[in-house]
Amino acid sequence: MIDWIFAFLQTVGFVFLAPLMAGWVKWLKCRLQNRQGPVPWQPYRDLLRLSRKQVVLADTASPVFRIAPYIVFSVTVVAVSVVPIISVQLPTAALADVIVLVGFLALARFFLSLAGMDIGTAFGGMGSSREVTISSLAEPALLMALFTLSMNASSTNLSIVIAHLVQSPFVLYPSLIFSSMGFILVAIAETGRIPIDNPATHLELTMIHEAMILEYSGRHLAMMEWAAMLKLTLYSVLIANLIVPWGVGMTLAPRALIIGSLSITCKLVLLGGFLAVSETVQAKMRLFRAPQYLGLAFILSLLGMMSHIILEVR
Amino acid sequence: MLIYTLSFPEQVVLILAALILLSSFIMLAQVRVDSMINTFALQGLLLCFATTLMALISGKYHLLISAALTLFLKVFFIPGQLRLLIIRLNIHREVEVLGNSSLIMLFAAGLVLFSYYVALPIRALSLLSTRNTIAISLAVVLIGMLIVISRRKAVTQVVGFMSMENGLFFAAVVSTYGMPMVVELGVAFDVLVAAILFGVFFFHIRTEIGSLDTDRLNRLTEVEK
Amino acid sequence: MDPTMSLPLAQWAVFFSFLSAILPLLFLRRPYLLVRIAFLFLGIAGIASAWAGATALLTNHVEQIILPLGLPWLHVFLRTDPLSGFFLFIVGLITFIIACYGPAYVRAHIGGPCPIGCLTFFTGLFAGGMMLVLLAADAYSFMIAWEFMSVASYFLVAYQHDQAENRSAAFIYLLMAVVGGAFILLAFGVLAGFCGSFSFAAMAAAQVSPAWSTIAFLLAFIGFGMKAGIVPLHVWLPLAHPVAPSHISALMSGVMLKVAIYGFIRFVYGLLGGIQWQWGVLVLLTGAASAVLGVLYALMQHDLKRLLAYHSVENIGIIYIGLGLSMIFQATGHMEIAALALIAALYHCLNHAVFKSLLFLGAGDVLQQSHQHDMEKMGGLIRIMPVTAVCFLVGCISISALPPFNGFVSEWLTFQAALQGTVLRSGILNAMIPVASAILALTGALAAACFVKVYGVIFLGRPRSLQAAGTQETSFGMRFAQILLALCCLIFGLFPTWVVHAINVIPARLLGVGLSKVADNGWLWLAPVSKQTASYGAIPVLIGLLVSWFIVFIFLHDPRQDNRIRIAPAWDCGFGPLTPRMQYTSSAFAMPIRRVFSFVWSIFEKIEPARQGKGPRYSLQITDWVWLIIYLPLGKLILKLAERTSRIQGGNLRVYLSYSFFTLLFLLWVIV
Repeated sequence: MIDWIFAFLQTVGFVFLAPLMAGWVKWLKCRLQNRQGPVPWQPYRDLLRLSRKQVVLADTASPVFRIAPYIVFSVTVVAVSVVPIISVQLPTAALADVIVLVGFLALARFFLSLAGMDIGTAFGGMGSSREVTISSLAEPALLMALFTLSMNASSTNLSIVIAHLVQSPFVLYPSLIFSSMGFILVAIAETGRIPIDNPATHLELTMIHEAMILEYSGRHLAMMEWAAMLKLTLYSVLIANLIVPWGVGMTLAPRALIIGSLSITCKLVLLGGFLAVSETVQAKMRLFRAPQYLGLAFILSLLGMMSHIILEVR
Repeated sequence: MLIYTLSFPEQVVLILAALILLSSFIMLAQVRVDSMINTFALQGLLLCFATTLMALISGKYHLLISAALTLFLKVFFIPGQLRLLIIRLNIHREVEVLGNSSLIMLFAAGLVLFSYYVALPIRALSLLSTRNTIAISLAVVLIGMLIVISRRKAVTQVVGFMSMENGLFFAAVVSTYGMPMVVELGVAFDVLVAAILFGVFFFHIRTEIGSLDTDRLNRLTEVEK
Repeated sequence: MDPTMSLPLAQWAVFFSFLSAILPLLFLRRPYLLVRIAFLFLGIAGIASAWAGATALLTNHVEQIILPLGLPWLHVFLRTDPLSGFFLFIVGLITFIIACYGPAYVRAHIGGPCPIGCLTFFTGLFAGGMMLVLLAADAYSFMIAWEFMSVASYFLVAYQHDQAENRSAAFIYLLMAVVGGAFILLAFGVLAGFCGSFSFAAMAAAQVSPAWSTIAFLLAFIGFGMKAGIVPLHVWLPLAHPVAPSHISALMSGVMLKVAIYGFIRFVYGLLGGIQWQWGVLVLLTGAASAVLGVLYALMQHDLKRLLAYHSVENIGIIYIGLGLSMIFQATGHMEIAALALIAALYHCLNHAVFKSLLFLGAGDVLQQSHQHDMEKMGGLIRIMPVTAVCFLVGCISISALPPFNGFVSEWLTFQAALQGTVLRSGILNAMIPVASAILALTGALAAACFVKVYGVIFLGRPRSLQAAGTQETSFGMRFAQILLALCCLIFGLFPTWVVHAINVIPARLLGVGLSKVADNGWLWLAPVSKQTASYGAIPVLIGLLVSWFIVFIFLHDPRQDNRIRIAPAWDCGFGPLTPRMQYTSSAFAMPIRRVFSFVWSIFEKIEPARQGKGPRYSLQITDWVWLIIYLPLGKLILKLAERTSRIQGGNLRVYLSYSFFTLLFLLWVIV
């Protein structure tokens, strides 16, 4: 019973702390570019403001448009709940393995893209079209990377994969290097960051995610924004805990939990820093360079898998 | 050979092998001539590290000489020469567009698999713990060839050719602790001469056909069209 | 459930199907009554078949009888076992739902250029033929039933024969069905040559040399593959499915393709035995190619039914991936994983039957109401036909393999089987299987992209033509059928443990091993290999979804504030009114993917600049490479050969007589 309560608390805590990650990245990015930057807790203010505003709905909107934010948000929350963040003793991890996790994110994306198509403006359709293109190219790379990561533990259950990595003696896996590079590239693409998408722009030539949610307002927009922040933090946690798993607690003992939360905080702060730096030094790609970028991610994941087979197994 | 039965330096050699393969892939995908030469230098550096490590693991210190040669030739001298060349030929900013780069990359990935298949029986002959890397080095050779085939510019073709040689050298180091010193010195010398000869060639090709695009060499054909 | 009832029930099902074909012909003058009677009997046949199938599957019982029909030494063997029971269930379920859907749908054809009796007659024959294929336990009756099925469906494809396009589609379908039938016949011939008998029992016991069994396998692979629609034998599918009436398309795509899969499984696992891993590799690669090419071609279509037909190619590919994995694992002695892969393939058969029928029925609905085949002219239908829209959405989510619906479960099982590939000794297979699963992932994502397009263009947005704006919701029967199928999608997605548990007897019979640990973790958790490896709890996931939905709803709807929604026109950037023409169309939506994978299609794109009085014109034509590479040259070759052979027809009477004369001489010489 206590693990279920822990799982619930972890999920709720994660959902409420996730905007901080987005705020931190934004603040750091601004500092790096010699700008003042909003305070890291600015996303909370935005979300609160949006949730209090009245919803203005386009007259051509269908029910799909209205339920999409709820589905996107709650699916992302469920996805969050199955990822071991502080401790691997997570009963919800058995609900869904890593393939189901990818399925959840795909479901959220499905409704997000449908919502983009719903109003009947050109922007929404454009955003949806680009989003599904990029995600369908990203998916094979993502699954290939995750397969390779899970092959070492011969399990796709996230808890067991992480526990296996922590408990086995330290080995330099060549496959891990490649598949984590591939995974990071995919994560950047899937969370809509530079160089694939720019979360800070509303220029029609460049935007993807923002184009789909252009017609949203009020609490609907709050949910969509929050889900996007959750997704960013979720991918960061996956990167942190799958590639550098040390620090994740093995039990629910207080000591393990404290170490676990401290380590994940440090990892996320560092990852956010990397993201901010990489977004500062790079420019956004043209849309039709994205296939090459994702092709590289796929090749990296493929090389990871091959080096697992060629170099590591026998 | 399961990886966690290996010692730590051997694991590092495996990682280096994987990175060498990756650098081959990067060279294959690279569109800018100068970046490609930089990647080639990086591959040489990785090769040098791997050789040094192998020398330290095995205690065969003549490998250190090979490593030093690699460092001098493949990291500094040849890339430096090529850089000078492309600046003098004024092509260092040129971009070379590949036909269908994703397909070529996938084909290269298939080559890795193929060389694994081919290397299986060879691997059984070697007793070294790092013998798993034979397939990787064969793949580096094959991808080098693919670079030569898929490129049009003479400079990039030469880089591909050199990276083939890298693969051969790596295979020798990891499977049998290197070739005899004489052979190695000879090969190194060959590469050196080749680099210089290619340099001379480039100028000739350009003055003859006005371009470094080797597809233009077609016009030298004797067959009447 | 009386286990012995399965075979008699199945026979009743066949009987009722034939009755639904013949009996209505008495009422040709009263078409409305005719349609009712025909579909009533078809519905009874469907229920009987589903019941018989469920009985055979759940009781794990084999029933066999020998009917003294046919030639004196060649009796008809009929048999039900769990495998045929599973497929009988699929056939029965979909037939029943078609029977609910049909009356209202067919009514539109009454008084049309083609007699309605024809349609119901061949529908009955078609359904009966499919059931007979599943019951047949000897090659002779199998082939008869198979051809019955093919020919009846040919007439259904050709039903609206007043258009030349439909006639040529039907002809190509017939041609490929006949060629495929010939291949199957040859495959049976090889086996019959070794055992000297046509009954399946004797064939299964026959000892076939490896070389001949490979030949038999290849023949069966091509023969059944032609019916199932694997690449490159799929060309009839996108031609035949759009021109048939929609409920027939649902039957053909949802069920008939499964019958072909049944034939393949029966032949390879039941009769041939001695599976070699190379066969598995062939099946796996073909499956992967079919899956990814099917979905890519589907993405480029803007005729809704043709798009769905290409998706059938994709899903058959996914089933073949499962089968190929199963064959590889079986040949290398990993029986439990082979069982898992086989279960994944069978589960996907069931799922595809359900969601593809749902989508075809929805498509029929949309087409009948809007009188449009072209997606580019639809839009905004969700406001006019909400029930259809919701059901179609369920179908879209299912076919895109998204949780918690059924399509996801079977793809997840396929992934799980593929992930077990590390147990194999061969490094090549080790590497090939993850690549195949990456292709599966690509397929799933592209399918999701495609159905975002389909749903977004047809149901969402604003109507792109007047007809689309004037659509109405359909009659109750049609909606009822779709709701039933949508519920099936949900149920098969939420209770995968039960379904897997039921299917588990099939690998237990075919491979000798079933999954042992499926139900170990309770019915809530599907853990195909072990709980440590992977698990999926569909119902807890759904509960979690609803709980978080509820919480966020409460959280955001503060009673102290005004939660009303203001309706306003969409922001038009200040440039005057938004028109429906400004929306993304189907071609526009697929454009980035078209550009990325441009090497897959033969694309002919033309933009004519604006001239005086005329706006710019854009035309886009996308052709299947397979046509250009294989079929057109083949057709030319055959024509050329035919031209050559036509020379022997001189038209001279004495020449013809001399042909007979010399043939006679030759035969006499051979005989003596």
